[in-house]
Amino acid sequence: MTRRWLSTLVFLASAPVFAQNAPRDNSWTAPRLPDGHPDLQGIWTNKTITPLERPAALGNKAFFTEEEVRAFTKTALDRGNKDQRGGGVRDVLNAYNAFWWDSGTKVLPNMRTSIVVDPPDGRIPPLTPQRQAQLQEEALAVKVRCQRPGCAIANSGQLSPADKPEELDLMTRCISFGTVVPMLPSAYNNDYQIVQGPGVVAIDTEMVHEVRRIPTDGSAHLPANVREWIGDPRGHWEGDTLVVDSTNFTGKTRRGMDQNLHLIERFTRVGPDTLLYQFTVDDPTAYTKSWSGEIPMSKTDGLLYEYACHEGNIGMRDIIVAAQADEKKAAEQAAGKK
Amino acid sequence: MRHWFGTALLALGSSICCTTFAALGQVPASHPPDLTGVWQALNTANWDLQTHAAEPGPDSKVGAIGAVAPGPGVVEGGEIPYLPAAAAQRKQNYKDRWTADPEIKCYMPGVPRATYMPYPFQIIQGSDTIMISYEFADAVRLIYMNNPGPAPADSWMGWSIGRWEGNTLVVDVTSQNDQTWFDRAGDFHSDALHVVERYTPMDANILMYEATIEDPKVFSRPWKISMPLYRHIEKNAQLMEFKCIPFSEDVLYGKGGASQ
Repeated sequence: MTRRWLSTLVFLASAPVFAQNAPRDNSWTAPRLPDGHPDLQGIWTNKTITPLERPAALGNKAFFTEEEVRAFTKTALDRGNKDQRGGGVRDVLNAYNAFWWDSGTKVLPNMRTSIVVDPPDGRIPPLTPQRQAQLQEEALAVKVRCQRPGCAIANSGQLSPADKPEELDLMTRCISFGTVVPMLPSAYNNDYQIVQGPGVVAIDTEMVHEVRRIPTDGSAHLPANVREWIGDPRGHWEGDTLVVDSTNFTGKTRRGMDQNLHLIERFTRVGPDTLLYQFTVDDPTAYTKSWSGEIPMSKTDGLLYEYACHEGNIGMRDIIVAAQADEKKAAEQAAGKK
Repeated sequence: MRHWFGTALLALGSSICCTTFAALGQVPASHPPDLTGVWQALNTANWDLQTHAAEPGPDSKVGAIGAVAPGPGVVEGGEIPYLPAAAAQRKQNYKDRWTADPEIKCYMPGVPRATYMPYPFQIIQGSDTIMISYEFADAVRLIYMNNPGPAPADSWMGWSIGRWEGNTLVVDVTSQNDQTWFDRAGDFHSDALHVVERYTPMDANILMYEATIEDPKVFSRPWKISMPLYRHIEKNAQLMEFKCIPFSEDVLYGKGGASQ
């Protein structure tokens, strides 16, 4: 009850934020399916060089001018095209220049300076003191643990325990790349295919083939004891917008979100080649306030390819083998000294 | 000869069965029929496509839970027509099945195995693409109803081109890699595998599933499996999340596992 009331508040609060900036072509109406709802089908991409959070130097400046876009784009592309070897971790992990990434070459067509649109500074609000303390405690435990052998640099760039598979991060394990909760662009594979059947909208995410099956039949969320990595989505139509409400998260997703995450997403066709994606992250135990973002996704002709990440995860095997060998060697050395 | 006769009898048998089903049931009137829904096979083909008796499973500690469930088989004519070298490989696979079956590793199961694993799958029938989302391993296929041309590369779930023949959805599946198996008994294929699937509504809640399997590197002739698929009609029917990677990691990389 309390949660429902809270989410209503979030809707009320976030609606005006979105309404004023959405790029809409008013002469255009979305194609419809036999059930009367807009046809959202197609292959959509959210690749962009627009950052998730606004660079602090831009303050409350929400939009670029044309000239600023040119300057920002040049700087971003120049930076990406450089040799990325900077010594240390960078030399063994993700020392990729722009050739290896697929973020495209353009800022979002809405000219925004960040994907985050609320709070007005375009930045994700701070975590709650409790959540910060919890994450710090976890980080400290890792630090202490990694004073012993058996740790490796994970995909995050941080030293993590690596002698057991479950100690490594979700990306290294090919479980999730965080491109679904919410649907944010990543290093590559920023493509999503929407297929719509009666009473269901399905989204196939190219990144590690995470599939979201969104019922639009009015069914209720799963019971609270069931927790899912990408949450339990339920959809309904508000006019021509598909609104997706997701709960039942594991709390193991990224950016500090916890089990109480309530993700609200809105999908609206606003032009022949544009699907406006808007989201609100409502997680009162993780964030000091809710935050929202938007991405006009563009239609693309390219097909999705299968990304069999786990099936080809040789890196994971090698990290574990190396960590185990590291531990074994240390144990042997310790035994030799005695 | 015996084989041929058997196949003919079976074919005749199944066509009678299906006509009867169609006459009794209510075949959807719309064309093409809408196959959207949550479906599942109800058999033990994932243990072994061929007729098999019950036998002990890999772990006696879990008692009857771990036993191999028996099954009358789903192969038309009864036997899979392996070439001699492939028959030897199948024997070896069977011997190694408790460590070598890709299902243990949470690998995407390929086609047709994804259809008859003991997990539901959901068909989402879109306008020019039909998605099949499988609960096991988050495996997914996009069936293109407008042929986009050949596959860019081999993959675990293959490249699916669909068309309607009357009420039957026919899917031509190519470009699967040689890493998947057909079942837990070690039945296998090469990268020359070509599968033609047929999904025919018998009534609103039953699909007849047929898959013709062709692989000249492994089999002496094409062969066929068939089975009904049942719609989940429960009020709360849905695919749940079954990310099985965490369940496979100890076997793949765990203490001792990774170094073997």
